[in-house]
Amino acid sequence: MTLGGRARIAVAFAAAALLVLAPFGLKPYGIYLLSLWAVTTIAAIGLNLTLGYAGQISLAQASFVGIGAYTAALLTTQGWPLWSAFLLATALCFVIGWVLGYPALRVQHHYLAFVTLSFATLVFLILRNEEWLTKGVYGISGIPRPTVLGWSTKNPIDFYFFCLAMLALVTAATWWLIRSPWGRAFTALRENPIRADSLGVDVRRYTLIAFAIGSALGGISGVLYAPLVQFIEPTAFALNLSLNLLLMVIVGGSGYFFGPFLGAAVSVLLPEWLRFSEGLYLILYAVFVMVLMAFCPSGLLGLAERFRKPAAARRPESAR
Amino acid sequence: MADLLQLLVAGLATGGIYALVAIGFVLLWQTSQTINFAQGEFVMLPAFFVLAAMKFGGLSFPLAMLVGLAVSAVVLGLLFKRLVVDPIIRHGVLPLVISTIALAIFFKEGVKEFYAADAQPFPAAWATTNLSLGGAVVSVQSLVIIAAAVAAVAALQYFLAGTRTGRRMQATAQNPALARVLGIPVERMILYTFLINAALVALASFLVSPIYLAKFTNGETLGLVAFVAAIVGGFNQVRGAIVGGLLLGVVDNFVAAYWSAQYRAAIPLFLLIAVILFRPQGLLGRAEERTV
Amino acid sequence: MKPWIRTALAAALAVGAATATAQQTVNMPIVIELSGAGAVSGTNFRDGAVLAIDEINARGGILGRKIVAPQSDTQSNPGVSRAQVQKAIDGNPYVILGPVFSGSVKVNMILAQQAEVPQITGAEAADITQAGNPYIFRTSFGQQMSMPKIANYIRDGLKAKTVAVLWVNNDFGKGGRDTFIKEMAARNIKVVADVSTESGQVDFAADVVKVKGANADAIFVYTNEEESARFLREARKQGVKTPLIGETTLLGQKVIELAGEAANGVRGHVGLTVDAPVAPVLAFRERFFKRYNYLPDHNGLKGYTGVYAVKHATEKIGKFDRKLLAKTMHGLTITPEQEPGILMEATWDANGDIDRISFLAEVVDGKQKVVSILPKLRK
Repeated sequence: MTLGGRARIAVAFAAAALLVLAPFGLKPYGIYLLSLWAVTTIAAIGLNLTLGYAGQISLAQASFVGIGAYTAALLTTQGWPLWSAFLLATALCFVIGWVLGYPALRVQHHYLAFVTLSFATLVFLILRNEEWLTKGVYGISGIPRPTVLGWSTKNPIDFYFFCLAMLALVTAATWWLIRSPWGRAFTALRENPIRADSLGVDVRRYTLIAFAIGSALGGISGVLYAPLVQFIEPTAFALNLSLNLLLMVIVGGSGYFFGPFLGAAVSVLLPEWLRFSEGLYLILYAVFVMVLMAFCPSGLLGLAERFRKPAAARRPESAR
Repeated sequence: MADLLQLLVAGLATGGIYALVAIGFVLLWQTSQTINFAQGEFVMLPAFFVLAAMKFGGLSFPLAMLVGLAVSAVVLGLLFKRLVVDPIIRHGVLPLVISTIALAIFFKEGVKEFYAADAQPFPAAWATTNLSLGGAVVSVQSLVIIAAAVAAVAALQYFLAGTRTGRRMQATAQNPALARVLGIPVERMILYTFLINAALVALASFLVSPIYLAKFTNGETLGLVAFVAAIVGGFNQVRGAIVGGLLLGVVDNFVAAYWSAQYRAAIPLFLLIAVILFRPQGLLGRAEERTV
Repeated sequence: MKPWIRTALAAALAVGAATATAQQTVNMPIVIELSGAGAVSGTNFRDGAVLAIDEINARGGILGRKIVAPQSDTQSNPGVSRAQVQKAIDGNPYVILGPVFSGSVKVNMILAQQAEVPQITGAEAADITQAGNPYIFRTSFGQQMSMPKIANYIRDGLKAKTVAVLWVNNDFGKGGRDTFIKEMAARNIKVVADVSTESGQVDFAADVVKVKGANADAIFVYTNEEESARFLREARKQGVKTPLIGETTLLGQKVIELAGEAANGVRGHVGLTVDAPVAPVLAFRERFFKRYNYLPDHNGLKGYTGVYAVKHATEKIGKFDRKLLAKTMHGLTITPEQEPGILMEATWDANGDIDRISFLAEVVDGKQKVVSILPKLRK
């Protein structure tokens, strides 16, 4: 940690500087992609808490993004400010995530994947069928971009900085959380739940908290997604997005702090990189994921670590 | 009354398919801790092997079915185990889950890109006539599916309990380490389960495709429902899979007809939650016991 | 961390540079559903458009300029489609072709409008052309044009007093169902069963029991191709005797191929079909099949005729001017004599909606048979 620590901070700063400067050299499409990356990364950070730190497979993260997006869309098209949506969506997703976490305590992790999958189906059906509230399959359009403290984010570049600021906020909060006693408890939980239990970690409570916080971050991501796209409809938050988010976290490196950042970048930019392959990019992506799982299930960051460190020095770290 | 019978038979036929798919799911989990998220795509694929054999190989339908079965055994049994499961399983359950999710994408996109994006008609291997049964119209196809599912389960039960290889497979599932000590070729036993799974999904594929048509997206809900059927019936019982599958198929049809068609996709969810909360071992399952 | 961002930026910048228009070409990006739920429709639309573009380029292009048509995949997701349309706009396009999904069009037609780029869409939702956007054009009937025709047929042709509706619960099916129900109410025809089905649904036993039990004078079926076929088979099995009425999809060649004998007797209105008894359309069908080895659905026609409409309108103005193109296309009538690629005479109204002849048809012995030709709404 000490050797890599300083270099890592330097890399982080350089990356942050690049993120701030990047949009000035880009056309609106590039800026939109960067914004989408920032928004997606927030949801992936949430899933990384649930999956990477607390070890629970969730296939419902897209549902929380959806709940956040619909909260934002419904409130802001009625003239409420976006921050009210942030408050409501975060609270809502936290509570629902908490409740959904209960089956996690009863069943083994593979069962949980299917419980959350079923929950995702239910959320999709409600978004589609309860037309009086969600406008059903027609979706909600005309979602305004927010004005933050008098600063209008109508321009793509302004909205990008707003998303980036939210990402920075979420990053800082998560960073703090993982280094707090809570975060260490999460990790202990993942590494060895039985041992954690015997060490006095309240497994029940921390599992639920991890699930709830992860879900709340999904909600925050959704609140940003709605004004980014300015149109939402139920299928955007169906199983596909959940699977995508799961792949992002794993590809980047689950349990690594910066894993979601990298995974989201791969996923958002991949169709762009693999343009030459036309329709085949999903096939290539699938093969890439399978090969990665076979040779380095700890993802791209795990791969990087393996190259940097001699094999002998490798050991499980508590805070990667 | 006729309507009830109509819905019951249709539900049982759909449920029979769920059961076939669920059994394979359970077998893989029992012997190798493989949760196959691509199981639905495994059912979608064999129909395309057959279609491809007919279209590009110019084979007759019965011959093409044999080829389809053989290719399924190789691709979905042998290669799936060697190329996907074996290199990953030592890393634990989660990477394998991820890898099978990717495999599902691979199969779906592969069929879409290299065969066809739209639904394809698939010939039926048996008579497509209908029978009148107490006012309801029942197709021979439905009856064949139900019969095939029940027969497959009975044959499997007999194989596992009544033959030497079957008992060795059970021993492998219950305690691989002990089985190895006893001189059972554990690896070969595990390979057998993969081959049985491949045969089951191929059977399911040949049974449903004439009715459901062959399309690359056909596996999307099938895999999920089949897994729910396995949990509902009892994850450690082959018998449980058939009960869970038939139950799900019937309940789905009755809910769609008499309650809400808009929420019919939520039925597996409610059954799943109910079972997890009130009877986690499943309807037929025994608590905390690993039997095939 | 840094290298990937640099790569990402380079990639994004490179895209911007690559699509900058060269003098001798004209940029017509295709933004379409190539994966996800809309893949079949999107692929058809794309293949139709590419066929037209290659034909035009082989004959020297439009006003001497070759058409360049970069393709991008919306993944059937409105969020992604917005990104792809933004990318298309950054490349300074002359026209944007696609997408087909109504949800995607609703989000990105605003971008195209702001950039003053004409957009030829395959979407059929009624409200798209009613938002006062002067840059959006359809090459097939919107639901607000086709549903009155089917409703008239149910009232006058079948003399039905009651009707059962079975629809697929996505934006295509729901939009059609809502418009249909409105038209039924306007004609005092009672809707006695209203059955929602899922996209990708395979077991239609319960749905058939429901529409059969409703004892309506007619059953209107509005689902996608393979669901239509599965429904027809189940309906035949359960011995449904009520007339089955459809709008375009239900009578399509694909549904007939999939449903087999069960499709016989199905009747309805066909807006745009490759089976139209019109020589240029049948010739198009042959060309399409020869090149792609599958038969196109109406989305193939949408993409194909869209490109030719742009070609004709551009040659009419004599220069590449996006604003003028949009203006010219409103109220424009193109006949096959003027432009063979348009296949059937077509007129665009002030909203960008298309008007052309359509057909009442019936499936007889596994073939779509046109019973009568419905004239254009306005002459």
